Amino acid sequence: MSEMLSGAEMLVRALQDEGAEYLFGYPGGAALHIYDAIFKQQKVEHILVRHEQAATHMADGYARATGKPGVVLVTSGPGATNAITGIATAYMDSTPIIVISGQVPKAQIGTDAFQETDMVGVSRPVVKHSFLIKDCAEIPRTVKTAFHIATTGRPGPVVIDVPKDTTDPAVAAPYEYPRSISLRSYKPATRGNGRQIRKAAQALLEAKRPVIYSGGGVVQSDGGPALKALAQRLGAPVTNTLMGLGGFPGDDPQFVGMLGMHGTYEANMAMHHADLIFAVGARFDDRVTNHPAKFCPDARIVHVDVDPASISKIIPAHIPIVGDAANVLQELNAVLEAEMAKNPALPDAEACKAWWGRIDEWRAAHGLHHAMPPSTNGVILPQQVIQSLYRATDGDAYVTSDVGQHQMFAAQYYKFPVGRRWINSGGLGTMGFGLPAAMGVQFACPKATVACVTGEGSFMMNMQELSTCLQYGLPIKVVCLNNQALGMVKQWQDMQYGGRLSHSTYSDSLPDFKTVAEAFGHVGFRIDNPADLDAAMDESFGPRLKNRLVFVDVWVDPDEHVYPMAIKGGSMRDMYLNKITNSQQGDYM
Amino acid sequence: MKRRTLAVLLENEAGALSRVIGLFAQRNYNIETLTVAPTEDATLSRVTITTEGSDKKIEQITKHLNRLIEVVRVLDLHESAHIEREMMFVKIRAEGPARAEVKRTCDIFRGQIVDVTASAYTVQLTGASDKLDAFLRAIDQAAVVEVVRSGVSGISRGEKVLSA
Ligand SMILES: Cc1ncc(C[n+]2csc(CCOP(=O)(O)OP(=O)(O)O)c2C)c(N)n1
Ligand SMILES: [Mg+2]
Repeated sequence: MSEMLSGAEMLVRALQDEGAEYLFGYPGGAALHIYDAIFKQQKVEHILVRHEQAATHMADGYARATGKPGVVLVTSGPGATNAITGIATAYMDSTPIIVISGQVPKAQIGTDAFQETDMVGVSRPVVKHSFLIKDCAEIPRTVKTAFHIATTGRPGPVVIDVPKDTTDPAVAAPYEYPRSISLRSYKPATRGNGRQIRKAAQALLEAKRPVIYSGGGVVQSDGGPALKALAQRLGAPVTNTLMGLGGFPGDDPQFVGMLGMHGTYEANMAMHHADLIFAVGARFDDRVTNHPAKFCPDARIVHVDVDPASISKIIPAHIPIVGDAANVLQELNAVLEAEMAKNPALPDAEACKAWWGRIDEWRAAHGLHHAMPPSTNGVILPQQVIQSLYRATDGDAYVTSDVGQHQMFAAQYYKFPVGRRWINSGGLGTMGFGLPAAMGVQFACPKATVACVTGEGSFMMNMQELSTCLQYGLPIKVVCLNNQALGMVKQWQDMQYGGRLSHSTYSDSLPDFKTVAEAFGHVGFRIDNPADLDAAMDESFGPRLKNRLVFVDVWVDPDEHVYPMAIKGGSMRDMYLNKITNSQQGDYM
Repeated sequence: MKRRTLAVLLENEAGALSRVIGLFAQRNYNIETLTVAPTEDATLSRVTITTEGSDKKIEQITKHLNRLIEVVRVLDLHESAHIEREMMFVKIRAEGPARAEVKRTCDIFRGQIVDVTASAYTVQLTGASDKLDAFLRAIDQAAVVEVVRSGVSGISRGEKVLSA
């Protein structure tokens, strides 16, 4: 005889049975039966946030750091709509989160009841799937299915909308958690097609100027080791997307840096001049390709992705392979090993050498200035802050970020050794993501060093969570690149709107973040002298403040721009390199 | 640009159809006609959608439809020989000498008059969409009072079957 449980109890029990450690949530009327069931158990720890958007980002950060799904609980109406931004963020970056939303009782649905929102409808364009519970007996199977869908294939957010009457403590049904689930309409591919993999191997071996372009799919499938083996076997250069950083070690000599809009000169030049692009777990985002018609004119394209709809969506693939990135990479390695044993003349060592010769020239000409010269005007350069952070954390921190210039500087200058360490909102570009994401990471990895690189603009979008950080003792280090402006907006206005700074500055009304941090019970520093930077960073990440949240407010040069920057409408080789030069001037090589 | 007919087998569940329609709106695909009804297996609905687009666009639509969790199968009927039909009701003002003319045109198109009043005929017509178009061109535009078209449904010829 299976146990009789109420819908609320089933929901919580199902989360236990899924092995959920945390539930990030915020209560309200429609969710109160569920909250009562949470009160009566200890296995799933509920984290009380201060805003539902933050709950979704926490679950997302947790998921990105661990690969395990993050779980959110919100009430109906405003609770549910507040969660939408976080759901959309997870959707765009394909991360597995489960959002349980309370709903008005079934009998009231459609009557414009108090706090009624059609959550399934509102969230539809930004979820992988959603469910509306109609009967408490459906709950175990629905939860199981939701986790299955969120975590398999191309992962993504799943919403479960739960009308209050289906969680009524007075109504019980037998509880049995399904061991597995099989859906006739959902069978995501995992292994790539063998013939396509052999074709890809052949193309890679015959290429004279190959580039490996890897994205978030490699990180999500934990395909880093297989990618590294592939790159070493071929001796080919590797570039990562913004989402893919850490998928290949950032300090490896074969790494040419991030590509795309703010990618390195050498990565974008190598892409443009390649004769073979091996794209894996990447989706040819418009922030990568620049104008699709001008994209990599001489290259054949191999495209590996778990989502068939991503293949040939923007750039037609010559050799498409649908499958899990890590699996395909492993199989490809096996094929390459066998082929290379048969034919030791491949790949062409001379061609490889010549290709690296060109890449090294690009790197020397315009590579990021890893040894940033001390600024001359006594102002801290934002890039220096990231370099200082990298040094102070031995390159071993989890780094979350918000959106803007600081995000790009972090992506360019922090060299991530492995995947899952760099956590940012790449697809949706959600300001306010950084702090709650860092919280999710810190919950997942209590011992790890977690830094949130933020801008003063983004930080103010979710800074209420400093209170949650105090409640749960999260020792996050927030590094704020304070340029007293919506820097990325200002950069575009400087470059494209004649310097008319329409609503992108607010330097006369910024709070004193040191005091803000202290008011929330944390430690705050304000740094504006380049000479103090390293010491402050060491202090923040040092043993004395190990268990404290530290907010390091670093005042940086407000006029700095992020470079390189793609020239709109051009090809990948078309970039502004600094405020005065661009790659269209002089020799293209 | 080509006109295409997509047959979609869908889990017969609340909300499933709205995901299909939502997908077309979200991704800026056009729906020309849409029909939907349960199949011989009551757990499945069959949707027929006609749309226009390049091969590339149709491929994208097909892939995105397949990505929907409740979509069981998608078939572009134009990939092989198939039959398409649409049903139409037309209410036509028919008085005096025009009455006989409407009747004659209706017969030529093998339509049926399914309702009659002193001043109007209601004609029912079934056929490929272009036949229905041709009928509407053949009768006096000014006399047409109301047109109701069912949208296209289609099926592959021969042994080919779309099933779960
Ligand atoms: C929620 C949201 N609103 C607006 C934007 C547009 N936007 C992109 S970057 C940016 C400025 C960010 O300012 P800040 O956080 O201070 O970072 P900075 O660029 O100055 O480093 C804005 C407004 C966005 N990405 N997200
Ligand atoms: Mg700023």
